[in-house]
Amino acid sequence: MPDQLVFAMEVILNGLMAGVLYALVALGFVLIYKASGIFNYAQGVMALFAAMTLVGIMNGQVPFAHLINATFGTHIHYFGWNVPALLAIILTMAVMVLLAWAVQRFVMRHLVGQEPIILFMATIGLAYLLEGVADLMWGSEIKTLDVGLPQGINLWIDESTFNIFGYGFFIDNLDIVATVIAALLVAALVAFSQYTKQGRAMRAVADDHQAALSVGISLNFIWVMVWSVAGFVALVAGIMWGTKSGVQFSLSLIALKALPVLMLGGFTSIPGAIVGGLIIGVGEKLFEFAIGPLVGGATENWFAYVLALIFLVFRPQGLFGEKIIERV
Amino acid sequence: MFYREAGDFKVSYVDDSQTFPIKFDRYRYYVVLAVAFGIIPFIINDYWANALLLPFLIYAIAAIGLNILVGYCGQVSLGTGGFMAVGAYACYKLMTAFPDVSMFIHVILAGGITALVGVLFGLPSLRIKGFYLAVATLAAQFFLVWLFNRVPWFYNYSASGQINAPERDVFGIIITGPNAPAWATYLFCLIFLAVCAVVARNLTRGTTGRKWMAIRDMDIAAEIIGVNPLRAKLTAFAVSSFFVGISGALFFAVYLGAVEVGEVFGIQKSFLVLFMIIIGGLGSIFGSFAGAAFLVLLPVVLKVVGADMLGWPTDIVAHLNLVIVGALIIMFLILEPHGLAQLWRVAKEKLRLWPFPH
Repeated sequence: MPDQLVFAMEVILNGLMAGVLYALVALGFVLIYKASGIFNYAQGVMALFAAMTLVGIMNGQVPFAHLINATFGTHIHYFGWNVPALLAIILTMAVMVLLAWAVQRFVMRHLVGQEPIILFMATIGLAYLLEGVADLMWGSEIKTLDVGLPQGINLWIDESTFNIFGYGFFIDNLDIVATVIAALLVAALVAFSQYTKQGRAMRAVADDHQAALSVGISLNFIWVMVWSVAGFVALVAGIMWGTKSGVQFSLSLIALKALPVLMLGGFTSIPGAIVGGLIIGVGEKLFEFAIGPLVGGATENWFAYVLALIFLVFRPQGLFGEKIIERV
Repeated sequence: MFYREAGDFKVSYVDDSQTFPIKFDRYRYYVVLAVAFGIIPFIINDYWANALLLPFLIYAIAAIGLNILVGYCGQVSLGTGGFMAVGAYACYKLMTAFPDVSMFIHVILAGGITALVGVLFGLPSLRIKGFYLAVATLAAQFFLVWLFNRVPWFYNYSASGQINAPERDVFGIIITGPNAPAWATYLFCLIFLAVCAVVARNLTRGTTGRKWMAIRDMDIAAEIIGVNPLRAKLTAFAVSSFFVGISGALFFAVYLGAVEVGEVFGIQKSFLVLFMIIIGGLGSIFGSFAGAAFLVLLPVVLKVVGADMLGWPTDIVAHLNLVIVGALIIMFLILEPHGLAQLWRVAKEKLRLWPFPH
């Protein structure tokens, strides 16, 4: 087998795994969009916030330490204990639920019935607010996150591919774990929205707010729940990306990676988010591999957007999106 | 008492359709112009120019441009940073290629080039609407920044990848470079802002502006009553990008002098200008000024209060700035979706009846 082809296969495999991670972030968007019609730009910052909170709790950091120290002239930074990973994840989830409640109570409730674009801008404001709060709470330096996920090259794949092709594929263990977790999460979310009472209520709200209200579904509860689920997805995404590349500001930019995935797959479709994520993941890695060296590299920043843009011109609602019908 | 139409008789159609129909408004406008052109240049110094006035003037131009697209034509764009970069790099290439030509011409040409790029990226708006368009404009943002980072021709193969504004003049007065006097740079930007504001104001209350607003309010209905969506949307993209390009050129050549594209014209810049028009007021020229002033002032005030008076570390002040900006955006969207411009309008209505409101 020619070398180029083998390299390309490795690139495609890595692209598929990156795609699953994109899909994971995109899922958070789709959930909120389906249930409340809000395009939540803050999803990426929520992942950052979740990851920072997780690290902070695990290391026993004092929240707002910098602010307290600056105001009162004290020098506190740590409580002096370490929390085990699992407990910290549960505590972080509690924080995310609290955040979901606060967002619903103080922001979204007041904006019900506004135009979608106003809601979108409100979430951009929310993203700024959360980012500032996260930095104030836990400090803005780069942190490492280790919850015990395996990392490094997968030797088994390396060896077996070496035996077949004469060239060992470099596949990170973390990517494999992330793929499995993402797949499980997707399955769980689909099962949740199809088979549980709350999931059905959520879909009812997505379908028609007023009809859902009239059969006795509490909109407030559903929205808090949806934001909590999105917070949970953000937490998982934050753990994956945070373990991979450290917990830092750039983590919040994964939202920007997820946007073209959404455009490609359609804002309203869970399968769309997954297929879109895979297409973008493979597409951008292959493009960088094949064309990148010719034009100076780092094409990953924009390739996904341009692909989505060209795609949208031919199919404005995305691959799996509901057909947009406009009436005067 | 003094702020009303009564007694101000119009005797011609020109009088009747002027920009400021109320006498008080008109005088206020002349006073502002007189102060801006006649007094400030004599008392300005480097600190005021660089910390407040230049960024305000330049951002106001960008905000007017974006307001035309978002506020008047309803096409949300997140690509402002990228279009500003086009203006900056076009200006740089022109400045280095034609050193003898006046800066005025360079800046206007830079705006023209940006307008062409804007039309190109505006083409998908004919098919894509709403968020899909907002996200699609991000393609412009990322692609343009990448292009200026990676293609050496744009930065004249300089080793650092930065672009530096060489010294250029207008009628013998140095405008760019480290030796430019504060008053000259201020006046140069002010002239552009004044002209842009007048042009934008008159465009938006004429046929073109009405077509934009028809498209914004309901594009299908507008099409049915005879507005050509292709022309209306593309003119909005062109005019908006023209202004944004001018502001990008000024931002680079006059204000900063040296630019690293990813840092200066990144997506944060797009959001900053978008926030200006949200806080200031969508669909209002005055709002663009108010929003730009507000968001230029806020970090400076916070720095003076937080870092200099209270002695907090600067990173905390920077984070607080984020929190406050985010909270303000949300508050404005909830409490006053039409922004500072609406507050101003309400104040004027009150003033009209004052002191006898009944």
